[in-house]
Amino acid sequence: MNIGDRGLRLLSGLALFVVLAAILAIFGLVVVEGAGALSWRMLVEAPSSDLATGGVMPAIYGTAACTLLMTVAGVPVGVATAVYLAEYAPRRSRFATAVRAAVRILAGVPSIVFGLFGLGFFVLFVGKSIDGLFYRDAASPVFGRPALLWSSLTLAVLTLPVVIVTTEEAIRRVPRELREASYALGATQLTTIGRVVLPHARAGILTGVVLAVSRGAGEVAPILFTGVANYLPRIPTDVRDGFMHLGYHVYVLATQAPDVDRARAMVFGTVLVLLVLTFVLDAAALLLRARAHRGTRS
Amino acid sequence: MSTSRKPRRRFRRSLGERIAERALALVAASAIGAITLILVFVVREALPLFWDGHEGLALAAPHRYPNYDHPVYVWQPVGYPPKYGVVPLFVGTLKITGLAMAISTPLSLLAAIYVAELMRPRRRAWIKPIIELVAGVPSVVLGFIALTYIAGATQDLLGCTYRLNALVAAIALSLAVLPVIFTVAEDALHGVPLALREASLALGARRYQTVTRVVLPAALPGILAALVLGFGRAIGETMIVLMASGNAAVLDPSPTSSARTLTATIAAELGESPRGSEHWRVLFLLGMILLLITWALDAVGRIVVRRLARRLDPSTDEGA
Repeated sequence: MNIGDRGLRLLSGLALFVVLAAILAIFGLVVVEGAGALSWRMLVEAPSSDLATGGVMPAIYGTAACTLLMTVAGVPVGVATAVYLAEYAPRRSRFATAVRAAVRILAGVPSIVFGLFGLGFFVLFVGKSIDGLFYRDAASPVFGRPALLWSSLTLAVLTLPVVIVTTEEAIRRVPRELREASYALGATQLTTIGRVVLPHARAGILTGVVLAVSRGAGEVAPILFTGVANYLPRIPTDVRDGFMHLGYHVYVLATQAPDVDRARAMVFGTVLVLLVLTFVLDAAALLLRARAHRGTRS
Repeated sequence: MSTSRKPRRRFRRSLGERIAERALALVAASAIGAITLILVFVVREALPLFWDGHEGLALAAPHRYPNYDHPVYVWQPVGYPPKYGVVPLFVGTLKITGLAMAISTPLSLLAAIYVAELMRPRRRAWIKPIIELVAGVPSVVLGFIALTYIAGATQDLLGCTYRLNALVAAIALSLAVLPVIFTVAEDALHGVPLALREASLALGARRYQTVTRVVLPAALPGILAALVLGFGRAIGETMIVLMASGNAAVLDPSPTSSARTLTATIAAELGESPRGSEHWRVLFLLGMILLLITWALDAVGRIVVRRLARRLDPSTDEGA
């Protein structure tokens, strides 16, 4: 083998090896120590007031509630946008180009800026306006304060590009013949989309939703000022309440816990829960994507 | 992706159909609405800084404060008087982002070359998803990893004075950026037509010559797009730098000194600053600057990629 060829193979192989080894080593360590720290109690109990003992149940609940609300608010908008872009927008329409540019820019906005936006728009503008209109007599702000609702909506905006891009791609992969067959049977465009196109693109759309959920569940910066709470042992029952969150809990435990050493087991357990959650979601997305691609080739 | 054109219906459409199309267009406009609202509501909190009697802020220029011998760049928003020199924050951001790019660019591109060019397709099929999974790891987890493992390891190896510093944050940041650059660059390399490689090899070129002189140039637009994307992710990343950089706003180019970024400053300080105060407005201004940076990056990336693509596309090439 030629020296240049050997050099290329060696150098690039080494790089790949370093990357994979770093990934395996780091996540291996986290998983091993996390698995040792995790217990059934951690999953079902509320934390003690110094956060070092007890469990993370309110944080698990808060993350789930926040992500669920986010999905309910964001996915319909994302899917409808993608349907418009893929099925209705004329080829060189200015409007569609502008929407695509907006989606692309939205995807690049730093997550902390979403936090500023959530605070400035949802909490201080929308929330305060609702209070001004309907809760004039309330002693303290009802909607005009950080809350589960505002965090979820902020995350819905943040994950919108993921849903739109993946869904549009999935819809575009639906074969033209299926649409033609539907029209030939006398179906209208709306019926064709609802009965033929969307069901056929189901796996692809679901991929986008799962990716968005995974992204939304792991983001901390956007919820810092819009609703997350340090310590709130009871389960929030109202979307206007604050909430605990796994990602934020990791941050607090790792940097601000009164006794960091005593909290070590807790933080490792919480990290593992969060890591498993996102891994499972992302792996599901990968499998769904593979299925969606296979579906169109057959 | 298929280039199938949707059959267009030319005959009369019912009222419901037309309403549905309008409604969907309206929803699609919400993406434009969202980016507009983000800009408006960040700017709305930041701009009063320039006319509401906040003179003498000295944001970008050095300023001589009482008890100082000479003009300085200092970020000390809770001192007396509060000092809002943003230069140390920019230096910190550039230092950490630059370091992270310096670590992740060679590693991710070389790894992408190996996976796209030298690996058997079957192995490629399972190694790529593994790296893609890392792209989905929450940044707060990477920040935690930096705190617990990377900080100690770098201190043992390099004997840094400060346990948390720019290098620790940069290493953790590389873990976030690497999979992004790798995935996009690998796609670009993999997308280079096989015929180009075959032609090069048939002319007697070696494998390494084919990779460096045929495949890499052909994939250059995609690789640059990957780097721009990675850079954007690095500059906007918050939790990793907040947890691992030490957060001291010092003007020091050394990689093992502490650093404070734009993003971490907002995250750390907004919670304690009263609404509408000078400090609050400066923090929103930092957010506005971040927004403009990502906007500019997107534009630059698109222009560069388009130019390169035009230059490299044989269909528009006139025997240059």
